[in-house]
Amino acid sequence: MNDLIPHLKALISVPGLSGYEAPVRTLIEEAWRPLTDEISTSRLGSLHALRRGTGPDPRPSLLLAAHMDAIGLIVTGLSGEFLHITEVGGVDARVLPGQLVTIHGRQELSGVIVQPPSHLLPPNNRQGPVLLENLLIDTGLDAEELARLVRPGDLVSFAQSPIELYGDMLVGHTLDDRAGVAALTYCLSALQGRQLDWDIWFVATSQEEENFAGAITSGYQLRPSLAIAIDVTFASAPGSPAHETFPMGKGPTLGWGPNIHPSLYLAFKNLAERLEISYKTQVIPRHSGTDAYALQIAAEGVPTMVIGIPLRYMHTPVEMISSKDVVRTGRLLAEFAASLELDFLETWSWDE
Amino acid sequence: MHTTNESNQTPQVGAGQTSLLERLCNASAVSGDEHEVRQIVIQELQPYAQAIKIDSLGNVLVTREGRGTNRLRVMVAAHMDEAGFILTNDEDDGIYRFEVVGGMDVRFLLGKLVWVGRSHTPGVIGAKPVHLLTSEEKKKTITLDSLRIDLGPGNGNQSKIGERAVFATPFIHLGNSLRARALDNRLGVATLIELVKHPPDNIDLLAAFTVQEEVGTRGASIAGYSLNPDLAFVLDCTSAYDLPAWDDSENSQYNTQLGAGPAIHIAHKPSLSDPRLVRHLEQTAKVENIPYQIRQPGSVSTDTGTIHKQRSGIPSVTVSVPGRYLHSPASLCRLSDWQFTLALIHAALARLTPQVLATER
Amino acid sequence: MKQLIQKLVEIPGPSGYETQIRAAIRAEVQPLADEVYVDALGNLITRKGKLRSGQHNSGEGQRIMIAAHMDEIGLMVTHIDENGFARFTNLGGMRTRSLPGSRVRFVNGPIGVIGLERTIGTNDHPTMTQMFIDLGVTDRGSCPVRVGDVACFERQFLDMGNRLIAKAMDDRIGIYVLIETMRKINSTPHELYFVFTTQEEVGLRGAAPAAFSIDPDLGLAVDVTSTGDTPKDKKMETTLGKGPAIKIRDSKMLSDPRIVDWIVRTAEKSKLPHQFEILEGGTTDASAIQLTRAGIPSGCISIPCRYIHSPSEMVDLHDVQNAIELLTQLLSEKVILQ
Repeated sequence: MNDLIPHLKALISVPGLSGYEAPVRTLIEEAWRPLTDEISTSRLGSLHALRRGTGPDPRPSLLLAAHMDAIGLIVTGLSGEFLHITEVGGVDARVLPGQLVTIHGRQELSGVIVQPPSHLLPPNNRQGPVLLENLLIDTGLDAEELARLVRPGDLVSFAQSPIELYGDMLVGHTLDDRAGVAALTYCLSALQGRQLDWDIWFVATSQEEENFAGAITSGYQLRPSLAIAIDVTFASAPGSPAHETFPMGKGPTLGWGPNIHPSLYLAFKNLAERLEISYKTQVIPRHSGTDAYALQIAAEGVPTMVIGIPLRYMHTPVEMISSKDVVRTGRLLAEFAASLELDFLETWSWDE
Repeated sequence: MHTTNESNQTPQVGAGQTSLLERLCNASAVSGDEHEVRQIVIQELQPYAQAIKIDSLGNVLVTREGRGTNRLRVMVAAHMDEAGFILTNDEDDGIYRFEVVGGMDVRFLLGKLVWVGRSHTPGVIGAKPVHLLTSEEKKKTITLDSLRIDLGPGNGNQSKIGERAVFATPFIHLGNSLRARALDNRLGVATLIELVKHPPDNIDLLAAFTVQEEVGTRGASIAGYSLNPDLAFVLDCTSAYDLPAWDDSENSQYNTQLGAGPAIHIAHKPSLSDPRLVRHLEQTAKVENIPYQIRQPGSVSTDTGTIHKQRSGIPSVTVSVPGRYLHSPASLCRLSDWQFTLALIHAALARLTPQVLATER
Repeated sequence: MKQLIQKLVEIPGPSGYETQIRAAIRAEVQPLADEVYVDALGNLITRKGKLRSGQHNSGEGQRIMIAAHMDEIGLMVTHIDENGFARFTNLGGMRTRSLPGSRVRFVNGPIGVIGLERTIGTNDHPTMTQMFIDLGVTDRGSCPVRVGDVACFERQFLDMGNRLIAKAMDDRIGIYVLIETMRKINSTPHELYFVFTTQEEVGLRGAAPAAFSIDPDLGLAVDVTSTGDTPKDKKMETTLGKGPAIKIRDSKMLSDPRIVDWIVRTAEKSKLPHQFEILEGGTTDASAIQLTRAGIPSGCISIPCRYIHSPSEMVDLHDVQNAIELLTQLLSEKVILQ
């Protein structure tokens, strides 16, 4: 797949906040439809696409999940020429002052997030970062026009356009986890023309950033034999602790911990080594903070794996990622899917 | 020399002027490196001026002489520079330590795209992910010391220490407003360019596009000395803090308000405006039916801070376009405030006579 | 109508101990429903409309679950000291601030008043462990309650005309809206399940299993929400008296945008006053319904309410009436989700 960067840039140029993923879902559906046998939207808005295997019915199935929803903001009220806001997903209020945003009102409006001068803030917030509840959006419109176009509940997304840096680096908002979605697209392309024993479900999940609602319900509906969450992970960067981060451009991370089935980890480790795809092991002592957390306990339970793509400045509008890492992740997934034989699960043991 | 009738017309803010403002705002001119804006100023004024002088600090000085006798020599100054960043250390692999040039709230820096150098190479000022923050870190303002400009690994030292950087914010029209980086003071620059293109002929117009205002009004000081005018007007952009208070109580410290017209400065910390010039501006506004506001006295200086002290003293006053969120990634002003500012300053200059200075101070 | 509200709010029913309130509701709804039963967790489930085959989204009608919770916040005794004072812990989101001086009624009858250890300064914020219930007895032996007994606020219903005040408006006013809606609906293409849930205040524990067994196509909750309309209040758009609030989000759920749109369209068509709700702390049964099985598109109609979780919760009568009207409209006609 040669057009990964344009695909990823397109993915991060459309909105699709948690719970309101329609714009990005449409784009992903267009990209995936020609590459899959069956595609549909779940009741909670996840996109389910199937590459059907050729094994005898009932076949085992693998679910690959990357979440398509974005963090952002939502209008809570109007005050003259200004909007009050709160978060959708985990937003760091410290990065907001001065950010350009798009307000999805009766029409799309451009706005900037502003921090009032300290004398206009509550006494307990006159020092330090201004709390989200005290930040405002200025659209440049007068109060009357604003009230006509915006109402509480309207969504606000980051307006930072994607920028390519020197080399293979891409900067933009929502690379968490549209980079994971792009890795799935890459995987689908790589699997074109290849025969698969297993059914492979490609799932772009909804609402991960809020409460994993997409993964919880898609896992229940699709009942996969195995599930892999592809999400971003922390890349080493100025200001980030070295022991919690992984180098950019040096391959994906393979998760290890209670949220990951040890046999799956081993299978990926061996595969990566065989293919000479560089990787790092990421120890995840508790909650992986990914869709795998929900998928693992869907219905009767699912063995899960977490694959991370290192990303700098997570949950800011200037997330940075190496497109090489996205490609490596997609390739690793494709090779894993293609390598699955019908008796794969029977080869596992808990007591290795 | 370009001599057309348009010189005598009253200048107005229209599509041509806003598109010039857009070019000026998208140019980068951190104090000490005003090159990009200076080039636009020179290019714009070349057809209108006999001589364009660049002085020892980089101020652009343009004189347009009027006609008749008893002409006042009137300096009009607008600073070209803006607050921004300068790369100070190369920490390898595209990571640079930097300093702030001019006044900037460090809380604006996190998570922004910047342009580095005259090539406008994109880079980012990132932030430690919210997921990894301690609750203490969330409550504290980040220190500049812990921030870096990141041009991406493999940048191959395309940029060098000493290069300047600015927020990468595009210019945009929003309803009746304009939003851009560095409206402070490209609004003043654009206004002064219009005055030089259409100077009133009752005065000698001594235009000074100054440098290094944001680091101590340094350019204006030598420009004031060398031009040695009878009086000076400064065109700037001043803060509007006209936001709602958290408890909806009345905001009594707004400095200026958007939509209320040009702001006439009466007093800042380092200078008091000449009352005769303040009166002259107010009378002009009333006669010409131009809305105006008095900027709330106090706070920071403009170029008048150093101009008024040159040689044996220069009567001076500042007129500003009110703007919100100055020295941040995106400032915002009303188009009408700019239109009225240009109208007011032009009319005030056209009505100037030596009599104005002859009255009691 | 106010009589029924008064009856509903004055019955004690802390989370997990909904027997009395369930009996009262059952008496009201029995004649209004085609089927009434109580499930394993004590949810009172009532069906109105014809049973449909198991298929989702088949034909005109849908299977819709409408939930309001019967339980209210309360207290549970943890220890009786030798002088007969009862120490306690909370059941649900009790606010310590509301407690000192309040009277509480145990579900088995006794009434007590909450006292505070005297080591607490006037400006201190006491914790629940520094409080006790005084039941008017002098020793452990004569104390009429024992460890594990539960109580809730004892407070009379207050009728101020348009504004009504009571303990447990959260969510007896939702119960009232469901009952009156059942009464008003003449015919429906849907298979409607009005579910009076248990244990909402301790973590939405009743609604999730009820939703699993009903397996509806759509889910709605009717509950109270905070407002931002009192002096120096939190910034919140919702206002008492401006109509039922259509939930956009709360701290655990993003309402399904298609459901929000459906409710808005219906309210606009019927010219019913309505407003939006973005709640930053708290959630409702709808968030549990939404995540059931393969997911159930869900939303919530909220009754604006001041002083939630205090002994004096205030609602506006018009908001209640408009909520009933809105819900009746929603459930009487074909649902079009766009």
